Amino acid sequence: MNVNIVVNGINTKGDIEPRMLLVNYVREHLGLTATNIGCDTSSCGACTIHLDGESVKSCTILAVQADGGNVTTVEGLAIDGVMHPMQESFMQNHGLQCGYCTPGMVMAAISILKENPNPTEQEVRAGLEGNLCRCTGYHNIVHSVLACAGKN
Amino acid sequence: MKSASVRTRREILGASALRPDGGPKVQGSFAFSSDVWADNMLWGATLRSPHPYARIISVDISEALKIIGVESVLTAEDVPGKLTYGLIDADQPVFASGVVRYMGEPVAAVAADHPETCRRALAAIRVEYEVFEPLINPEDSISGSFPAIHPNGNLLRHQRVVCGDKDATGQIVVECEYEIGMQDQAFLGLEAALAIPDQDGLGVEMIVATQWLHEDRKQIALCLGIPENKIRLTLGGVGGAFGAREDISLQVHASLLALRTGRPIKMQYSREESFFGHVHRHPAKIWIRHHASAEGMIIKIEARMVFDGGAYASTSGAVLINAVTHIQGPYRCANAVVDGFAVRTNNPPCGAMRGFGVVQACFAHESQMDKIAIACGLSPVEVRLRNAMRIGDKLITGQPVESVAPVERCIRETDAIPLPPNMTLSPHELSIPGGSGRTADRQHIVRGVGWGVSIKNLMYSETFDDFATARCRLQDGIVTLKFATAEVGQGFVTIAPQIARSVLGVDTVFVDPTDTLIGSAGSTSASRQTWMSGGAVDGACRLVRERLFEHVASQHNIDPLQLEIDDTDIVDTLGDLRISVAQASSGVFFEETFEHHHRPTTDLDANGQGNCHVAFAFVAHRAVVDVDTELGLVKVVQIATAQDVGRALNPLSVLGQIEGGIAQGLGLAVMEEILMVDGIVKNPSFTDYLLPTALDAPDVVAVLVEEPDPQAPLGAKGVGEPPCISVTPAIAAAIRDATSRPITRVPVRPSDICF
Repeated sequence: MNVNIVVNGINTKGDIEPRMLLVNYVREHLGLTATNIGCDTSSCGACTIHLDGESVKSCTILAVQADGGNVTTVEGLAIDGVMHPMQESFMQNHGLQCGYCTPGMVMAAISILKENPNPTEQEVRAGLEGNLCRCTGYHNIVHSVLACAGKN
Repeated sequence: MKSASVRTRREILGASALRPDGGPKVQGSFAFSSDVWADNMLWGATLRSPHPYARIISVDISEALKIIGVESVLTAEDVPGKLTYGLIDADQPVFASGVVRYMGEPVAAVAADHPETCRRALAAIRVEYEVFEPLINPEDSISGSFPAIHPNGNLLRHQRVVCGDKDATGQIVVECEYEIGMQDQAFLGLEAALAIPDQDGLGVEMIVATQWLHEDRKQIALCLGIPENKIRLTLGGVGGAFGAREDISLQVHASLLALRTGRPIKMQYSREESFFGHVHRHPAKIWIRHHASAEGMIIKIEARMVFDGGAYASTSGAVLINAVTHIQGPYRCANAVVDGFAVRTNNPPCGAMRGFGVVQACFAHESQMDKIAIACGLSPVEVRLRNAMRIGDKLITGQPVESVAPVERCIRETDAIPLPPNMTLSPHELSIPGGSGRTADRQHIVRGVGWGVSIKNLMYSETFDDFATARCRLQDGIVTLKFATAEVGQGFVTIAPQIARSVLGVDTVFVDPTDTLIGSAGSTSASRQTWMSGGAVDGACRLVRERLFEHVASQHNIDPLQLEIDDTDIVDTLGDLRISVAQASSGVFFEETFEHHHRPTTDLDANGQGNCHVAFAFVAHRAVVDVDTELGLVKVVQIATAQDVGRALNPLSVLGQIEGGIAQGLGLAVMEEILMVDGIVKNPSFTDYLLPTALDAPDVVAVLVEEPDPQAPLGAKGVGEPPCISVTPAIAAAIRDATSRPITRVPVRPSDICF
């Protein structure tokens, strides 16, 4: 099937099999490997991206479902080489160790603040519940999100 | 402690320098091993046994080879070199031959043009099995009542430890049997590698996520039947490890397929395959009896420890030694009779996981300390303080604890951390046990407090010389470091430049690619890389500094011993000379390589006596939990901890290790277990194997106990493993405190609380 998906502001096309997941379209068809696969069962959130402005786990969506849609991955966040404030905040607050969950965490975190620019710590934790991290115990991830929201 | 993490002007030792890979990781440009591709590459995949124990009657690959796009199918017959591999005993077949011994054992591998072609090819391989009743009870392995399932027998290792008066008794006697479930490391970054054959077909290059490049290379070379120097390994980005990448997983399979097809092979596991593709934490049963005085002083320990090693040895023998030599905990104990068994069964192989045998021992000894406290009318804190080990005390192996042993201080510092406020009468739904399901009623929620204290060895034991190598080059004020140390997320890439800046007075430090083009760094495990690779980097930098001082001294006709580094300058301590390192190294270069070896250790004798460990670190944990006694749900509210870190070279990194380790220990306490029935794994997915989420992670209040260890090259002890060891028994004790239930096994299940 043919699909047209805007990814990180660029029109992309593909003649793909209907079964192809959006995460595989991004990783393999487009070669944008920042978005990671961690579980195959929509449990870990490493593949979280934005589809039409909403954060979604890209392993739960077929690429054909995103036809005509607008996708942002973590590679598309920086503007003119300047990192998104959430990326900067994760980096400055040691919000990562191995970094495998980081692209998904950053995308989920941006959505949290979009919906609620002034969250409590508990609201941040609830918002990140669908994203697993095995290294940090989440503390510095939560700090990163709160710091980005102007809280410390 | 967060406020103490002040960043200094220069990112030298002691500063909370940020990760140099932080930028690439938040922007997605950091390449994990699963992100690596090559032109013309094929995909590799593994066929695994569905049975825990069966005879292979036949393997027919003919239908698989007919599938268009399939380039190669390999079985045991195609292994050119050694047919088995393993970290300590090479007892695990590259591909099963004649018999499969655990569910998930590799039987064949395919290379094809697409993962879907691989999947069809695996389905087309016909394997006929004669299924046997599996050996699943470790006691049958010890007694010899089950026929040997492996030529090496069913007992992997037995170690006895006897010291002092084995007939000693005490007024207080407490005993119990404890059980620890099988935990998975559950790193997020799945196993992945890219193997590229040399053009002449005689060697292979591999980009792989591993903990120890040189050990991988050694095992691959043996199985391929080619010299080690025909294999080059480069570290691919590693998405966590925690022990699960210490053993070979897909390395040999991918290399074989690459050499056979003459094309690059990419292999990566799914999450389900990952559960079968790496070793787990040993499930264990520990019977233990303490004799103590009426004042609560430990007089004697008797214990019988049984570790289920699964089908192949992996590191079971070393895990067992850690367990039996740490069963006294961080407490004085003069008399002991301990028997430890690591056995072979038809369960999945078990090996390294953060804590390495000490986690299991700690759950047992800490549960016992609370029993002693109750029997003697002491508080959990008091009984631990009375028995706390001090410098000069001996392990039950006879080994003295030297250098730094701040057990009492760890306990007191933890005790001084304020308890969290009590739960309000109408708490937020997310803060109660069970979380947002709103299933817990406030009136059924009870709070409990529990303690755990531990001792953990650092580095490898029993005569193993796990040295580390590093190279330092200084030119024009810029340092370039080279080492084979696997960065798995722990932060050595941050520490190494901090060391160079401190020793050499430079600010710009580059780290060359991590590969086998330099000597081994040993494994990123056993809390050892800051000590070992840190020691190697420090040593190499010091050698370069000597050369630099000689160079400057000869130019100014002074004694190089007069020179020292002051910030970014070289100064003459007896004169007026002051010259920047950048200027002094302009136009010349100095390069030195250094191997750091830790002090030698000995084997244990038949009675378990010997100085088998290098060094120790200590930590205390206090857990506060809320338990819904009606539903058996637990919410861990707060973990207070004080950890003996020697010297915090990067406080931010140390805290990250502490917080992450605590989450893993919490997982073992109340959430994580690989469930097996008759050798069949029932929950190999993240929907069924539950990991702590951001809502499960407790508040952590941490104190870093800094007493620099003179035996450590930088004064710093390893900090990776201690956080996840005694937190598990602390949480179990808190549940016991809240519910008065015995809680003799972890993970604690709702049924352990309610019925």
